[in-house]
Amino acid sequence: MNGLALVGHQFRYDQKAFWRNPASVFFTVMFPVILFLILAVVFSGEDVDVRGGIDATTYYVPAIMSLAIISATMQTLAMTLVIAREDGRLKRGRGTPMPPWVFIAGRVGNSIVVALMMLVLLAAIGALFGADVPWDRLPAILLALVIGAASFCCLGIALTAVIPSQDAAAAIVNALLLPLYFLSGVFIPEDQLPDGVIAFADLFPVRHFFDAFFDAYVPAGGPAVSWDNLAIVALWGAAGLVLAIRYFRWTPRSG
Amino acid sequence: MSYGATEAVRGIDLEVNRGEVFAFLGPNGAGKTTTVEILEGYRKRSGGEVTVLGEDPERAGRDWRERIGIVLQSGRLDPYLTVRESLDLYAGYFRHPRPTEDVIALIGLEGKADERASRLSGGQQRRLDVGMALVGDPELLFLDEPTTGFDPSARRQAWDVIAGLRDLGKTVFLTTHYMDEAQRLADRVTIIAAGEIVARGTPEDLGERDAGETTIRYRANGREVVLQTRTPVQTLHELTEKALAQGEPLEGLEVTRPSLEDVYLELTAPTEPAE
Repeated sequence: MNGLALVGHQFRYDQKAFWRNPASVFFTVMFPVILFLILAVVFSGEDVDVRGGIDATTYYVPAIMSLAIISATMQTLAMTLVIAREDGRLKRGRGTPMPPWVFIAGRVGNSIVVALMMLVLLAAIGALFGADVPWDRLPAILLALVIGAASFCCLGIALTAVIPSQDAAAAIVNALLLPLYFLSGVFIPEDQLPDGVIAFADLFPVRHFFDAFFDAYVPAGGPAVSWDNLAIVALWGAAGLVLAIRYFRWTPRSG
Repeated sequence: MSYGATEAVRGIDLEVNRGEVFAFLGPNGAGKTTTVEILEGYRKRSGGEVTVLGEDPERAGRDWRERIGIVLQSGRLDPYLTVRESLDLYAGYFRHPRPTEDVIALIGLEGKADERASRLSGGQQRRLDVGMALVGDPELLFLDEPTTGFDPSARRQAWDVIAGLRDLGKTVFLTTHYMDEAQRLADRVTIIAAGEIVARGTPEDLGERDAGETTIRYRANGREVVLQTRTPVQTLHELTEKALAQGEPLEGLEVTRPSLEDVYLELTAPTEPAE
């Protein structure tokens, strides 16, 4: 098989393993849907004071999409790669003629496809709650998705370097992401966050990605493509890529 | 060859012939895995010369990897893929894979082909692990402690698989800390202890080493008598002659030669610090 066919081959099995893993299916697919449903019901009829006032459902669609994309990429990769590394599965793969980049490309492809699928799923559920799908903004939405997904994949792979064991994986990933979701206005609408919180969240990529995705998805005012936010997300991704290339390891840290 | 601050193995000189099962035997921590990882190309050596299938493992590329199979000491499997899927996945990595059904038959998992790895017993998982190293139809197979932690029946099954590899003409480099495993499977054995080679030969040669004295045991007047001798025929002759003449029964007479296990334990025993 040539390189590309080999990536497709790897991707096929990564997909099988992903959908059969109850933890992936729950945390990556079900959890964002449940979260959206709860938020949409709890805050239904309320307005959020951004862009001159939009209803809460319209706010939470791009918010939970951002969370779902980060979960499908950064969180999924960091956790499954650490588990595979500590299982010795990455080391076993390195002992075969398969080029290492093929393995990574298969996993990244898996994450991006799941992210895309979550986008479609949440858009459909959002539409049921009255958040219209902004079809005219599709190119801007896909651009934000691709830049965000690629960047958070790189960050997830880089993050594996500081996760020492399988048990530590979920703890470290959640300890990083959960506070950032709160501080970035993903869970709590940003008009209700105290001053300074968003400024602090702006130091991290989650806020910039949410901002860019919000601009792409919510028609009310402003251009669809938020180049400055996307550039910052891409810079984070590039930094992640450099660290991933330098520090990613194929052999177990323990034993 | 060393890593970190301590030298793990030194002055190791090994030669493995094509088509043989070579056992690299030693206690835990003797340097077996370090050595095998250098041969597999996973680990850089600090010195010395290594050639595996005509190439230096540190610099060998994809073509070389087409020709070797590796079973790691503690490699787990993807729990969510079935036996057949795990093998098919790996078959895709090689230019000329062995058909998956062949591999399944070789490892004796015909009845479990569509079972997920997580639902296999420990012994079955290890056999699948061996199968994944066989998918590429390698000339040379590395097996690092393939039966550690197995119950007797799982060990026996794994041994049958490994014995079958010799019949296929594969060269097998087996590391183990079980004497009986080396004895049962290997054409040649090299024993390593504390990073140095302490003995080498066929299992038979090693067993016949003059590593200790023959022990003769019997009971006389309810008391156990133990004799150690380097000339067992002579001693035994004198003993039985006397016993016959005196009508002594020599109850529970027993003559034991040092077993391969004894030889191994003696060779790998930590040396007492000099006083």
